[in-house]
Amino acid sequence: MRRLVGPGLALAAILLVPLVAPPYQTLLMLPFMAYAVILLGLNLLFGYTGLLSFGHALFIGIGAYTGAFLTSRFGLRSLEAILVMSAALGALVAAPVAALCVRYVKIYFGMLTLAFGMVFYTFVLKFYRLTGGDEGMPFLRPLLLGRDLSAMPKTEYLVGPYYYYCVAVLVIATLCMWRIVHSPFGLCLRTIRDNPLKAAALGISVPRYRWCAFMISAVYAAVGGALLGPPTGNVDPTLAYWTHSGNIVFMTLLGGFTHFFGPLLGAFVFIYLQDLVMSVVPYWRLIFGALLAVIVIFAPGGLMGLLASRRRERATLASGA
Amino acid sequence: MILEARDLTKLYGAFCALDHVSLAIGEGEFVSIIGPNGAGKSTLINLLTGVSRPTAGSVRFKDADVTGAGSVRLARLGMARSFQLVQIFPDLTVLETLQAAVVSRLGRGGRLFSSLADREIHEAAVETAELFGLGDKRHVPSRQLPQGDKKLLDVASAFALRPEMILLDEPTSGVSTADKTAIMEILVAASKRVGIKAILQVEHDMDIVFAYSDRIIALHQGRVLADATPREIEADQQVIDAVIGRRRAAAR
Repeated sequence: MRRLVGPGLALAAILLVPLVAPPYQTLLMLPFMAYAVILLGLNLLFGYTGLLSFGHALFIGIGAYTGAFLTSRFGLRSLEAILVMSAALGALVAAPVAALCVRYVKIYFGMLTLAFGMVFYTFVLKFYRLTGGDEGMPFLRPLLLGRDLSAMPKTEYLVGPYYYYCVAVLVIATLCMWRIVHSPFGLCLRTIRDNPLKAAALGISVPRYRWCAFMISAVYAAVGGALLGPPTGNVDPTLAYWTHSGNIVFMTLLGGFTHFFGPLLGAFVFIYLQDLVMSVVPYWRLIFGALLAVIVIFAPGGLMGLLASRRRERATLASGA
Repeated sequence: MILEARDLTKLYGAFCALDHVSLAIGEGEFVSIIGPNGAGKSTLINLLTGVSRPTAGSVRFKDADVTGAGSVRLARLGMARSFQLVQIFPDLTVLETLQAAVVSRLGRGGRLFSSLADREIHEAAVETAELFGLGDKRHVPSRQLPQGDKKLLDVASAFALRPEMILLDEPTSGVSTADKTAIMEILVAASKRVGIKAILQVEHDMDIVFAYSDRIIALHQGRVLADATPREIEADQQVIDAVIGRRRAAAR
């Protein structure tokens, strides 16, 4: 029960934000929630399976462009249908990509995912008639649970119904991922991360489990990608660019990939810190680059690692006293 | 015969690591493979466990051709192994390591939404931990265990697969002399309890080899020098000269 206190309080705070915070701050929570869904999936692959992808922007792009296509080209505006279609397309594309990538590990895996990501980026950038090229495509306001809220002012829509819709998606995604990482499947992934040779000797098919983890992470990235569309009302190729893949890896490292909630904390801090730094200096990437170096050198466990070590120190002091 | 290898040959370029090696292990046997460094023991183990394919020859396990089949298929067929250099999952606890083996044995690794607290998985893992004297350390992360316990955990996880045959690659290497016999006693007792039909081990410690083996296969320069009972091996001058050494043979 004690370990539910932190997540419970965080959820309560998220639910209260639109009621107590100004709309601008509330709007920043929308990308946070979309990235939180994406990072839950990415960390299944990275933190739990030991494979670091530098190409997950590919699946974010698939989710975002699926939503844009469905709303602006096919007139399908149901967000539930968009999320399902995004997940399905993400899985469809991930199946062959994962089959090729999981045959490799470490830098080779990373570079291969990066290469596939860049193939998709070039596709959405160059096939102008289909994708709108560098201008992107409009992501029309979707229906939420069948309700057409077109008449509602945009900000009111985003900080109201859309906000709580995103909270619901995040809660469902978190509960599902929590079950997955604590399941027999999740345990097998952790054996592969720790020692693939030993895992295989225990009869655990390493490539098959890596493929499954990749598929799940791609589905999460596509769903999160679809949630990124409505707040801006437009999707463009930068969503699929490799720097976007780098950003989500940064968020994971910032929060701490060894902890289930680490990447979520990383996404939250990244979004608000980026906003703060950008409002002060235009060189936010310079600041974030230095921050990344500091994290990797001094706090490889990320913010969650720091919190955990503080907690351990306090417990040691308390037991000593 | 539970395991049979016929004319196994392995070439690495021009170098012949194994030269027409044949062996057979029957049910109820504890067989040891001995040989000096470079005799081809590791190559033989890798071929028998399907990690690598022979240049020529075949391996049959329970009458099925398993030549180059790979660890996963062999584990599922009922052949488990432990490693010369201890292989553990550093960030997993003792209990989680054993649970992973049980999950694999029960074929439940694909279950995304079921719980690890499942009674069958938990009880089988705890039972194996108790069997190997690791019961009180089951919540300790594997990397924090002393070397002897790491070795035991490596072997215990193989036993948790409830295999019909187990292949132990130097089960007492890297362990203090005092701990060696204790480990072997635990291992033999666990084999009886689990119902393992045959054990094949590679071992350098001749005291361990002669104390526990029903049969000994001596390898030298990639060939089988002798395949006989411990008493016959002790009297085999060729084996003494090439493998055991005169001083060690006299000391026995």
